[in-house]
Amino acid sequence: MQPGQPLINFQWIVDHLGAIWTATVQHVELTVIPVVLGFVIALALSIWAARRPIVYGPFVTLGGILYTIPSLALFAVLIPITGLSLVSAVIPLVTYTILIYLRSIVAGIRGVAPDVIEAAEGMGYTSRQRLTRVELPLAVPMMITGVRLATVTTIGLVTVASIVGGSEFGGYGQLITEGLQTLFPTKYLLGAALSVLLAMTADTLLVRFERRVTPWARARSAV
Amino acid sequence: MNELLTWLTDPANWSGTAGVPNRLLEHISMCGASVLAAMLIGLPLGLFIGHTGRFANAAINVANVGRAIPSYALLVIFLPVALSLWPDPTSALNIVPTFIAMTALAVPPILVTTWAGIRGVDRDLVEAGRGMGLTELEILRRIEVPIAIPVIVGGVRTATLQVIATATIGAILGGGGLGRFVVDGFHNPGAPAQLYAGALLVALLAIAVDGLLAIVQRALTPRALRGAIGREAAYDTAALPEASSA
Repeated sequence: MQPGQPLINFQWIVDHLGAIWTATVQHVELTVIPVVLGFVIALALSIWAARRPIVYGPFVTLGGILYTIPSLALFAVLIPITGLSLVSAVIPLVTYTILIYLRSIVAGIRGVAPDVIEAAEGMGYTSRQRLTRVELPLAVPMMITGVRLATVTTIGLVTVASIVGGSEFGGYGQLITEGLQTLFPTKYLLGAALSVLLAMTADTLLVRFERRVTPWARARSAV
Repeated sequence: MNELLTWLTDPANWSGTAGVPNRLLEHISMCGASVLAAMLIGLPLGLFIGHTGRFANAAINVANVGRAIPSYALLVIFLPVALSLWPDPTSALNIVPTFIAMTALAVPPILVTTWAGIRGVDRDLVEAGRGMGLTELEILRRIEVPIAIPVIVGGVRTATLQVIATATIGAILGGGGLGRFVVDGFHNPGAPAQLYAGALLVALLAIAVDGLLAIVQRALTPRALRGAIGREAAYDTAALPEASSA
């Protein structure tokens, strides 16, 4: 920061609304793709793994190990292979979301009360009917929990991706990284504030959605 | 892979300020201090809201909001404050913003799992304690905490893992720790081994610390409850009361 320079230069913000909008679009894009793509893949994997501890165990172990690797390094490792393209950001992001989803969806399917399963069997449901009509619908609240977690995690990870992504990817993180490099507080504080705002907005919207699709939970969650 | 081995076995990378032992020590002190600070905030608060049930909703909501905040953003938000307090960039840039951001990262999992652990204690047991004339503090100390301790330590484990992996980004601001290898390795495309070595060391440190904490978790758990301990997805699910109670 130069002496005498104000902390926030509002004129700069007004002058760069176009670039800020571009960063917004990119950040949302880089969040929505992994959140949606990861969900589709994880749903298939969860259905496969839910009743097979032999399959699920290694997934959890793999997930635990992957979580210990700093995300920054994971992004950086892919650059020489896939280049400075969106793919380099999307692959690690999708991997992280799959791990988050896998745990919550499997917990949801396994959490269905044994009585309910027995009732379904008593009614003559085949195992496929049981899955699509009983287990998956009852796992919906846990799935939405997973979506919430995946969304806020991804928004945070996208900012980190900017450190290796240069101007190619990183959304608001790009404002932070470039602002730090040029020691320009307006830019990095704006990037930080906007990414916090985006994460909170997404979380709030998903909580509303959660309440709407699971009205029974509200009555029960007397915290 | 060969480059990585060469880097890891090069004695030059194991001595001095920029050597592995010193960077490891820096990483451990930074993470240890942050997790300790987060425990000082999260544990008493979690015990209080878990035992009394008061302010639980507010505290859990704040923790959920806290979890949504990107660490990288948190890191730089405190930068101007630190710079104005300590104009000497070598001190302020290094430690304070990373410490604050990592503490903020660790409080939500510790707070939420402590609350969930205490809340999960059978209310009949608490009533029985009350009937025997135990004071509220005795109920907390002798009934609720011993039963909830595996869950509470589980929260500390989750928080510690996150902090060890995330503290890497502190190196962006010029701080030390193992993140230096990752960041410097990235800025030096000729020597990718440094980046891989940094990532590997962080992962190994995380796995080792997690193993240690697992032993602590087991040792602290009353013998009768040692049946099934694992760091389950307690935090993921406990943090979201609406879903976990459904």
